[in-house]
Amino acid sequence: MSRAIDRDSQRFKKIVRGKIRGDLKKYVTQGEMLGRKGRETVSIPVPNIQIPHFRHGKKGSGGVGQGEGEDGQPIGRGGRPGDGDGPGTAGNEPGRHIREVEVSLEELAEMLGEALELPNIEPKGRDEISATKDRYNSVRRTGPDSLRHVKRTYKRALKRSIAAGEFDPKNPVVIPVRDDEEYRSWTTRPEPQANAAVIYMMDVSGSMTEEQKGIVRTEAFWIDTWLKKQYGGLQRRYIVHDAVAHEVDEDTFYRTRESGGTRISSAYAACEKIIARDFPPSEWNVYAFQFSDGDNWGEDNADCLAKLTDDILPDCNLFCYGQVESPYGSGDYLRELRRVEGEHDRLILSEIENREAIFDSIKDFLGTGR
Amino acid sequence: MPFSTHRPLPKEIRKLQDSIEAKAAEYGLDFFDTVFEMVDYDEMSMLAAYGGFPVRYPHWRFGAEYDEMMKSYSYGLSKIYEMVINTDPCYAYLLTANELADQKLVIAHVYGHCDFFKQNAWFSKTNRRMLDQMANHAARINRYVDRFGYEEVEKFVDRCLSIEDLIDPHLPFATPREEVARHAEEERKRHETAPPADRFEAKSYMDEFVNPRETLEKQDRERKERDESARDSRKFPERPERDVLLFLLDHAPLKDWQHDVLSIIRDEAYYYFPQGQTKIMNEGWASYWHTTIMTQFALDPSEVVTYADHHSGTMATSPQRLNPYKLGIELFRDIEERWNKGQYGSDWETCDDRGAKENWDLELGEGREKIFEVRRVHNDITFIEEFLTPEFCAKHKMFSFAYNDSTDYYEIASREFQKIKKQLLTSLTNHGRPVIRVLDGNYRNRGELLLGHDWGGVELRQDWAKATLSNLSELWGRPVNLETTVDDEPAVMFCDRDEFDVTPKNPRARRRRPDAMRFG
Repeated sequence: MSRAIDRDSQRFKKIVRGKIRGDLKKYVTQGEMLGRKGRETVSIPVPNIQIPHFRHGKKGSGGVGQGEGEDGQPIGRGGRPGDGDGPGTAGNEPGRHIREVEVSLEELAEMLGEALELPNIEPKGRDEISATKDRYNSVRRTGPDSLRHVKRTYKRALKRSIAAGEFDPKNPVVIPVRDDEEYRSWTTRPEPQANAAVIYMMDVSGSMTEEQKGIVRTEAFWIDTWLKKQYGGLQRRYIVHDAVAHEVDEDTFYRTRESGGTRISSAYAACEKIIARDFPPSEWNVYAFQFSDGDNWGEDNADCLAKLTDDILPDCNLFCYGQVESPYGSGDYLRELRRVEGEHDRLILSEIENREAIFDSIKDFLGTGR
Repeated sequence: MPFSTHRPLPKEIRKLQDSIEAKAAEYGLDFFDTVFEMVDYDEMSMLAAYGGFPVRYPHWRFGAEYDEMMKSYSYGLSKIYEMVINTDPCYAYLLTANELADQKLVIAHVYGHCDFFKQNAWFSKTNRRMLDQMANHAARINRYVDRFGYEEVEKFVDRCLSIEDLIDPHLPFATPREEVARHAEEERKRHETAPPADRFEAKSYMDEFVNPRETLEKQDRERKERDESARDSRKFPERPERDVLLFLLDHAPLKDWQHDVLSIIRDEAYYYFPQGQTKIMNEGWASYWHTTIMTQFALDPSEVVTYADHHSGTMATSPQRLNPYKLGIELFRDIEERWNKGQYGSDWETCDDRGAKENWDLELGEGREKIFEVRRVHNDITFIEEFLTPEFCAKHKMFSFAYNDSTDYYEIASREFQKIKKQLLTSLTNHGRPVIRVLDGNYRNRGELLLGHDWGGVELRQDWAKATLSNLSELWGRPVNLETTVDDEPAVMFCDRDEFDVTPKNPRARRRRPDAMRFG
């Protein structure tokens, strides 16, 4: 039966979502939710989802409290505006505060998709790669205390003590022994899904500053979020390079700072190696994203183009090159790629001048539906 | 009336109810019939979100509250134990998951509330058939939703709710306005037909000299002119109007359905108002009776620990927020003790001998009787005004605190009795909310609305005031102005939908006479 409160609560959620949607561009470009990432959800502070009334401000306000303390002793913060009443009236109203709304990443991706009019991706039709998933749906006799099934344990203990004639209804004490313990347990199930791999490449030579890396990080977060929604499983690999390339983990990817020259072909070689090793293109949807400020050693360009067009492009769903504008970079490399852009529809180029441009750049990259 | 669950009350709970009810009646509590229902936490949250009623009109804020309650319950932050609504019969809800000791406590507590609802004077004008009324409101608003669309109605309800607290708490007790108007009219007529009062008494042969005919006629003419011009330039409203909602109902350009929705919101606001007005007393009274009934009658020895734990949790105090349960129960106990021992009246007040005061006991035994009287006639403000004593404040370590602008902290301000009392009364006045009145419905002769804020030392939160004024201007259809204080200076907020402006108050506009308005 559908209850009235479900209707009201659905409506409330819809309003909240609407607010988020309205401010989506702000959330996307500021990247302020990166730090708030939970496993499956992000929480977003949504102000102003309340009905305004005439209320007193903080200035000149006060109240009465109870307890120890000298005159002048602080008892509570005034709080930011919007945090509600602060301490005060004799409990007439519950404290109001900014609502932190939890939104699943999937839902966020959906909003992003709607806002950018991103087409859904048609995965290459191979679902045979299977991921495994654990489900807690059984019990067993051993396990950690945190998984102890208290009710079952006590039921067993009760049964045992009745059977043994130890149970006294007047003094109904039931004490489980080792043999009574039961624990929650899981079974592992394979789940077929279309899998995707993302390979991120970034130039970490001296000309890339923190600001540029921040932009890359934010953009990568949203690319991940969108692709995760499109594919059941998403594998990520990270490559940093200056004159030589290294495969690194996510954390290092954003932190590393090298100096020295830039040889993009080294990254392409590493990328090619990873694809060959981990992601045979017949089974994987491979995405490659390269971020750079456009600097490259002039004599390396020919080598790069050859590697890209001959080796990488045929193996990828998409190869995206994002050029971040930096005060030091020349931006030449984009021009090189522009020359071959027309011949390869899997090659996508995008220029990201500043944070504001992240929004459109995501659309450039993912707007093809591949 | 279809009700929420239709589940029969479990036998053991029924038995508890009967015995506790009998005991409560024996103590002299006088309540409406009370119907208990068992609900699970989900249902409890739903009812709580709906203000205790099973059927309300559709609105997202109920969903928001439900959401928050379910969340804070599932995170273990809070739990609603009981709920009772002011109707005849009273409906009260028990949580299925509670253990028996808790159920007993809640049942005893509920009888305290029911007695309070029935006996306290401030509840005397509330609609005891609110259950039907709420359902009726829901049906009406649902009908408008069907006809005019969900979002249209919701938008309007949001605006009405934004000003729902701008009502006149004393209105239910005032002489009906028609009567006041009729009296005024009669008064005026009598005044008009009465012989001119400016005649001096004189012997008949002197009359012509003492009261020259020309002068009399001139005075008469002048008076009539004065009366007429006074009637023409009458202000509207005649006196500042505290019930802003009523003023809008009477004068705002609302469609029929909007008029109905606004009157529904107003009805419900009046229904809930006394509960906020008597929070300390009501909770104090209910707590007083649950401890009395539990400790003297209902508690099984095996339940003592559970009971004590629950009770002390309810009574917990914090430096930042007065616990109405605690303050209320302690004040009732204090009054009971003082009247038992005769610690009141002029002998007591003028006594300077500390020793004599400490051992003062006239063995009057009037305590119980006194607290029953107190619960009948007082509300929180008069309760504090009359019964808060310096001894009580010291015993309970009460202090007043104030906001410090420079540190952004609330700091302990004083432990002086007068200051504590003043601060407490200020926080309780109008639930600690600003008092706003309609001053002029034809401000600047442009059909604008002029409101006045009774400034009592605390300024309005400007962002909220702006949003609220914007809603008001949507309802009024014309710009709305609010006289208030901003940064310690008198100022006027102006709002026309999205346009908002604050200007220092024009000294000429301060005179609110219509003739001065023309220049303002």
